[in-house]
Amino acid sequence: MAEKKRSTPQLDELEKGSWPSFVKEIKTAAEKNPMANDLLGQLERSYEDKISHWKHGGIVGVLGYGGGIIGRYSDLPEEFPNVSHFHTIRINQPAGWFYTSDVLRKLCDIWEKHGSGLTNMHGSTGDLVFLGTKTDELEPTFNELTDLGFDLGGSGSDVRTPSCCCGMARCEWACYDTMALTYFLTMHYQDELHRPAFPYKWKFKMSGCPNDCVAAIARSDMSIIGTWRDDIQVDEAAVTEYAKSGVDIQKDVVGNCPAKCMEWDGKKIKIDNKACVKCMHCINAMPKALAPGKDRGACILIGAKAPIVEGALLSSVLIPFIKLVPPYKELTDLVEKIHELWAENGKNRERVGEFIQRIGMGNFLEAIGVEPTPEMVAHPRENPYVFYEEYFEEDSEDNKNA
Amino acid sequence: MAEQVTVQEVSDAMYKMIKDSMGQKKWKATDLTKAVTELFGDRCNKDLTKAAIRDLIENGKCVYTYFGGSFIEIPHREGAEN
Repeated sequence: MAEKKRSTPQLDELEKGSWPSFVKEIKTAAEKNPMANDLLGQLERSYEDKISHWKHGGIVGVLGYGGGIIGRYSDLPEEFPNVSHFHTIRINQPAGWFYTSDVLRKLCDIWEKHGSGLTNMHGSTGDLVFLGTKTDELEPTFNELTDLGFDLGGSGSDVRTPSCCCGMARCEWACYDTMALTYFLTMHYQDELHRPAFPYKWKFKMSGCPNDCVAAIARSDMSIIGTWRDDIQVDEAAVTEYAKSGVDIQKDVVGNCPAKCMEWDGKKIKIDNKACVKCMHCINAMPKALAPGKDRGACILIGAKAPIVEGALLSSVLIPFIKLVPPYKELTDLVEKIHELWAENGKNRERVGEFIQRIGMGNFLEAIGVEPTPEMVAHPRENPYVFYEEYFEEDSEDNKNA
Repeated sequence: MAEQVTVQEVSDAMYKMIKDSMGQKKWKATDLTKAVTELFGDRCNKDLTKAAIRDLIENGKCVYTYFGGSFIEIPHREGAEN
């Protein structure tokens, strides 16, 4: 039985407008869940006081795991006793976020029994998030989740739950099987996912094509983004259809090509594929006429992060092209070398992108045994981090002989 | 070649390090790994240290905690809970 309905004038403002409102959902939950009712009260207080009343972190977890539970406590436990503990549970989502409605109902039943009934589908990490429960309810919730075939995701200084776009399941642009790779990485790095052993978090995100629907390039320490290395596939008849139906190919497709590698003579489209930067603009503009090439694989990039300890970073190219097929040995060998180097030399709370900036890309590449390539240079005449020793030796020989 | 130490020996050494510095230093898994590698030298390796940490956690002698990063500590009642 829910407690007395709270007055929440400030939160009520967030219900106005035509968009979905989290306040509306919490109020619905509050009708039968006292935790959700106290949550409304504490949130209202936070808006009044202009300060968070949550204390974050701590010891909570399930036996044997170092990740998956994020401790949260109220700093006003006398006033809001039902949210004195309000821990978050991260659950490893299925690759591509595919569920059956039956499983979703069972997940919700578990959460209504053990927690606030509030979920976040899905968190920015990609996980299915259960919001708010007490310490005593963690183990029973975990047991019921595992009975249903689910496991906890990552949190803290561990491998975070790998996440991906829906890939080949629904998208014709997918250049590799993102869901298969996500499942493989999740299983391969189980130990690293549940037992934090790194200086800070490590995120894998898989996008099937350069549209990068999971924003891997902005958010993951290792971004694995599908690409191709042959020519864009062109269906001439479909191009003609687009032109006939009123698409201004010169202005809207060719004119917007960042590499200026396309020409349109009013009848045929010509692409200089060697100059193409795989931005996907032309393919997105004429999806029935153009498609990624047939020689498909992925580009591996490294070092993205959101601003926490230091500023935001986008990931940069590490391996320009790799064929991603099971058993993914080339990829796991590379990851292992990076993990070993970073775990040994990284500072506390230093993401791998920051670590690379600190030690220098040249030193990083040398330590992991990867040869520098032009694709790693972010901008022309920048990134002077690679020194070709042979070049300097030749140069000094020339000077001696001069 | 020197005889390898056992998982139990590594686990005990780690526990002592954590206990002796309780309240003064928080240990990350990487710090513990480095410390026991220094202590035992080539008698210890990465697999042994991983197994030892797992042993500490699964036996309940230590727990993972999160304070900005993940640490390994002896269970105690945390301040935030009070």
